[in-house]
Amino acid sequence: MSARRIFGRPAGLAALAPYLWMLLFFLVPFGFVVKISLSQVAIAQPPYTPVFDLSAGWPALRAAFEALSLENFRLLVTDSLYVLSYLRSIVVALVSTALLVALGYPVAYGMARLPRRWQATAMMLVIVPFWTSFLIRIYAWINILQHDGLLNQTLLALHIIPQPLVWLSTDSAMYLGIVYSYLPFMILPLYATLAKIDPALLEAAGDLGASRTQTFWLITFPLSLPGVGAGVVLCFIPIVGEFVIPDLLAGSDNMMIGQTLWLEFFINKDWPLASAAAVMLLMLLLAPLLIYQRLQRREL
Amino acid sequence: MARALHRLSPFNVTALALGLAFLYLPIVILVIYSFNASRLVTVWGGWSTRWYGEFFNDRAMLEAAWMSLKVGVASATAATLLGTLAAVALSRGGAFRGRTLFSGMLYAPLVMPEVITGLSLLLLFVGLNAERGFFTVAIAHTTLTMCFVTSVVQSRLGTLDRSLEEAAMDLGCDPLRAFAAVTLPLILPSVAAGWMLAFTLSLDDLVIASFTTGPGSATLPIRIYSEVRLGVKPEINAICTMIIGTIALVIVSASLASKLSGVRGETAAPL
Repeated sequence: MSARRIFGRPAGLAALAPYLWMLLFFLVPFGFVVKISLSQVAIAQPPYTPVFDLSAGWPALRAAFEALSLENFRLLVTDSLYVLSYLRSIVVALVSTALLVALGYPVAYGMARLPRRWQATAMMLVIVPFWTSFLIRIYAWINILQHDGLLNQTLLALHIIPQPLVWLSTDSAMYLGIVYSYLPFMILPLYATLAKIDPALLEAAGDLGASRTQTFWLITFPLSLPGVGAGVVLCFIPIVGEFVIPDLLAGSDNMMIGQTLWLEFFINKDWPLASAAAVMLLMLLLAPLLIYQRLQRREL
Repeated sequence: MARALHRLSPFNVTALALGLAFLYLPIVILVIYSFNASRLVTVWGGWSTRWYGEFFNDRAMLEAAWMSLKVGVASATAATLLGTLAAVALSRGGAFRGRTLFSGMLYAPLVMPEVITGLSLLLLFVGLNAERGFFTVAIAHTTLTMCFVTSVVQSRLGTLDRSLEEAAMDLGCDPLRAFAAVTLPLILPSVAAGWMLAFTLSLDDLVIASFTTGPGSATLPIRIYSEVRLGVKPEINAICTMIIGTIALVIVSASLASKLSGVRGETAAPL
């Protein structure tokens, strides 16, 4: 972190506007989530009874604190529907992240070994899908995976399967969608560390008699572990809270926590319960988020 | 002998080719099928552009597209202003009070699950009694995309030769002049790249927009999502192809702009 002061105080002042913006629109809203997660659902607009009103003064505030309700949280940890969706989110995120490492590593490794003048192009090719719409890329897979879609047509034409298989609304489709969407997030940090490895180290290993495989496992892989860590955190956190991919590609009998939150909010209009689910999700992600912050700070 | 250790092996080439094919094949198939004349998405009925015509007759879709463009331009502009200021503060401001909290808040939206960001912003807007619609979505998208601008601009500031700025100051510029005359022209291509990245991310967002928008002001992804839930339609293929085309145009012009401005070695890399 080489934060040398060049412009001094004026540059510090430049932080003021974005600082206030992020305080107001990122940090303060979490206070609202916590507040509403402690209140009760009501049939009204907005659909909850406010817990406390700062304008009503101190006695009202105390009364309100006594009436705080942990009911939503009790429901979340006792009802199997919610417990299961938490567990499923974690399992899905773990499995997808493992798949991403397994698939992303060879690609990043291949990129890092390209001749230097091709590397920028390869990196651009990996980044471009990240710029194209996320929703569209999931939709593209629906085109392919549906009952009479391209995949079934191809497999039938090649006589690999006797009749069309069900691909959509399965967990395999969901994993495919997640891996497809998050692959650039895994490849880029991996490539960044792999490209930085000094070729002299590999040559030295070779001169000392190591084979290609030995060199990889003894030199390259250990040196690339920071990149693996960055990729894992960068993928794991958003996948846990993923909504669109499981909603469009997986079946509806098992839900991830992002879907449960969405359902409670948009369909059941239970804002307090949705807020409580968000608080729980945030607590689950606290440790990975702190790791992410540390990585971020080291890179700056 | 030693050189062979960092040459490409057939395994490397295969992995790279398969990886890129995996990333691009679905998009290519989508584009091809958008020109399918048949109403049945999966039966090839010859080339046609009729589904593009359908889009331009779909009022609700057009209104959503217009809304998305407005939100995208407004939020990308705000995010670029704020994100550039933040990048300057982080890489030129030294250690100011609250710096850790600042960079923490700034970069958290990059990984924060969108359902959490969306829900919390909505509750804020409801708490403030703000009318939901264009402004709330634009504010939400500014918050989401600011960190991407900061990241792009900050990495450019990191590679910039600081002695140029120091020279300007030594020659009597105050910090503001030095920034305007020396720093800003040098980082302008990455500021532009940051704007385009923010714009495409805003154009893409479904979850946060769903939470923060109000009745009657759906964005394009919200409309597409509700159509996709009902099944695949050829018209959606056409719309998606047009969005991909728009984004491709933006990327090509971005890389041309950075070539023309003589910045070499800096691509519009977002990460």
